[in-house]
Amino acid sequence: MKKLSSTQIIFGLLPLVLSLVVVSLLIIVLGQNPMTVMGTLITGAIGTDVKIADSLVAWVSLAIVSMGLMVTFRAGQWNIGMEGQIMLGAIAAYAAGRVVWNSPGVIGIPVMILAGMAGGAFWAMLVALLRIYGGVHEIFAGLGLNFVTTSITIYLISKPWKPAGSSSVSTSELLPETLWLQTLPGLRISIVAVVLALLATLLIYFSLRGTFWGLRLKAVGLNPRGATLMGVPTAPTLLSSYIVCGMAAGLAGALLLTGVRHQIVNNISSGYGFTGILIVLLAGKFPILVPLAALIFAGLGVGGTAIRLSLKLDSSLAGIVTALLVLMFEIAQGLQSKYGKTIKDQ
Amino acid sequence: MKIEFRNIHKRFGAVHANNDVSFIVPTGKIYGLIGENGAGKSTLMKQLSGYFSSDSGQILLDDRPVKIVSPADAVRQGIGMLHQDPLDFPPMRLLENFMTACNHGVILPQSAALKAFNDLCKQFDFDLDPNAFVNEVTVGERQQLEIIRLLWLGVRTLILDEPTTGISAIQKVKLFQTLKKLAQQGMSILFVSHKLEDVQELCGELAVLKRGVLVGTLTAPFDERKMVQLMFDQAFELHPRSDVPLGDSALDLKDVTIVEGPNRMEHANLQVRKGEVIGIAGLEGSGQRLLMQSCAGLLRPLSGYTAINGIDLSGKGYPFFEQNGVAFLPADRLVEGLVSGMTIAEHAVLLAQKEKRPEGKGLFINWKAAIEESDSRIKDFRIKGRPESTVNSLSGGNQQRTQLALLPAKISVLIMEHPTRGLDIESANYIWDKLLKRRDQGACILYSSADLDEILQYSDRVLVCFANRIHAIVPRKELSSEDLGYLIGGKSLSDLKSLAM
Repeated sequence: MKKLSSTQIIFGLLPLVLSLVVVSLLIIVLGQNPMTVMGTLITGAIGTDVKIADSLVAWVSLAIVSMGLMVTFRAGQWNIGMEGQIMLGAIAAYAAGRVVWNSPGVIGIPVMILAGMAGGAFWAMLVALLRIYGGVHEIFAGLGLNFVTTSITIYLISKPWKPAGSSSVSTSELLPETLWLQTLPGLRISIVAVVLALLATLLIYFSLRGTFWGLRLKAVGLNPRGATLMGVPTAPTLLSSYIVCGMAAGLAGALLLTGVRHQIVNNISSGYGFTGILIVLLAGKFPILVPLAALIFAGLGVGGTAIRLSLKLDSSLAGIVTALLVLMFEIAQGLQSKYGKTIKDQ
Repeated sequence: MKIEFRNIHKRFGAVHANNDVSFIVPTGKIYGLIGENGAGKSTLMKQLSGYFSSDSGQILLDDRPVKIVSPADAVRQGIGMLHQDPLDFPPMRLLENFMTACNHGVILPQSAALKAFNDLCKQFDFDLDPNAFVNEVTVGERQQLEIIRLLWLGVRTLILDEPTTGISAIQKVKLFQTLKKLAQQGMSILFVSHKLEDVQELCGELAVLKRGVLVGTLTAPFDERKMVQLMFDQAFELHPRSDVPLGDSALDLKDVTIVEGPNRMEHANLQVRKGEVIGIAGLEGSGQRLLMQSCAGLLRPLSGYTAINGIDLSGKGYPFFEQNGVAFLPADRLVEGLVSGMTIAEHAVLLAQKEKRPEGKGLFINWKAAIEESDSRIKDFRIKGRPESTVNSLSGGNQQRTQLALLPAKISVLIMEHPTRGLDIESANYIWDKLLKRRDQGACILYSSADLDEILQYSDRVLVCFANRIHAIVPRKELSSEDLGYLIGGKSLSDLKSLAM
């Protein structure tokens, strides 16, 4: 129905081109050949099956997290607290794991995952309650709770969950191997995790698209006042968006714990909560593109390690690429809304 | 300073807000500028104070043609404007506000400013605390602050836009004393108002704008009849209307006090019966919105009794009013009434949910059915759009039709702000047809309008708001257009009776 106008195509490609140019310039300044670096970045992400599996591991977290953020984004909320919600999900999962320490994985792992989702939902709900009843802006509430989660983690791994007989203060005791998600032989990726990520993605995608709940979120997100007049209860709708988003965060946290880390470490969330926001900024208008964007971000993240190892460049270069991409995209959007119309009108 | 407007034109899209306006404001005079809402008063003043540039025409200060490019530039050329809502910085102290626009190098001249502040306060008998915060003081005091601030910056012409709307009677007396004193000192003052008595008391000359055109200038003492005639259109005729028998009471307000921010309406009483149409007239911001919002349950009155269809809903929130058949259609369609960015079909689905119809229940939306249903609404209301069109892509008239198309089936009280503002005649007539059908089905209608034709054409009774009061409620049959103009300008009903004799 809708045809892409030439303006839309120009403003869609502009950020890609611009960020490539800026990154190339940066690489040249660092004394390297942009083509080599880009090549290494790509082979580092998808060059071997180990690399592909690693990228998929990152994708699982990013896909779940960014789809969760899509929900709060749809409701017009900036859930900066996602990072803390992932961490709390992992903590809750680990706490449950301690209860089912000696159970077989078929029982233990689902319990841990459900506990993780409950933990994430609880933490997100705090943000929602502060926002709705306390009048605290969600950005401040989320950011504050992120710090609280870090403190909780540090306390737990340095006191109650400290490995027995170890002087380590940076990790908790390892989970028994029965509570690890099984990975493909020789690789770090678990089929269960990928399936769960796909399920979560589809579930959220179709909920946003085809349910009354999804429509209510949209109405509240676009115009709370108008939504109220049309009979949409604003507060419960907002609350539900945070709970669902928190459940996604908790799922991601639990999967990071049982599938990847197998113990609580500080910053187990690895910044996925923030990267998820970038993904939603980039692709949030078209939810179908969110898992794809997550794939690109995951690949860039993994490839970033390769450029450090083989080219002695800092791996944060990959982060710069993604950040620039989002920034340029936002600038292009801004320019489009400012000047795109006049181009069309003429 | 002598100010001359010469052939000023200003357009906003299709609206010709100032159409060839020319007049002269002599030095040391208080000059009134009156007209209805949207007559172009503020637009003209904003060109003088550098907010907008004119499309064509000239402004001359002391016979010298000037270009005023910004408000700061206007102040440099000696022109300062007091806006209807004070444009100050609430989290800052009075003294800090006082100093904001001063250009004395890098370091703020704290002590000099404080001295000037106190001197100016003394001169005009203002009682301002330089260390108080702006949000702690009254609107009248903020106005006083703005006056001394502009005087300190050296302005020689002062523009006041509706300065008496938000201030107390005592503050008004003081303001008028100050203005008269300033005029004696040689300051030119442009006084924009819609209050006839204020203009009468204060101004030596005045200009009347109507729909962007200067329709006349008068010198004091003003003939009020003439003022009203110039301000408002005269061609009113009573339209034939079907006589719907009135039913039981649909809406009851008894001794209701409503407060929102600085606005306060006290002891409002109103009873509307089923099948009755009440037009709410008054200049913008005279309390219409307070009244209508509280009738819809969107503002909770501080005290008093509110009932819909005889059911006591005092102190209850909007959902209760909604359940009892109250519908509110706001003037700002895309800000309050509709959700910008959502399609007509999506709105229809929300309505189905609100009305608890079977297609609004369950988990999944049947999009096919929703699109078919909204398509029939679109046809019924002749909306130029498709089920998939986002409401913000529709024209104003079609947005209004969409709002109407999305009204619940069962309504007993329909409240509308400016039902046909900005619409062409065809759309306006169509919308009134649809509204009156609702009336025929037994709903009562309350609507506000700035268009006196519209008020007189459709109302059974006319309610006039003035200064946040229900100023008068008059049966349409007993009301002439001229009297309505007087009432809007603040004359009381008994004044009118004596005028008639």
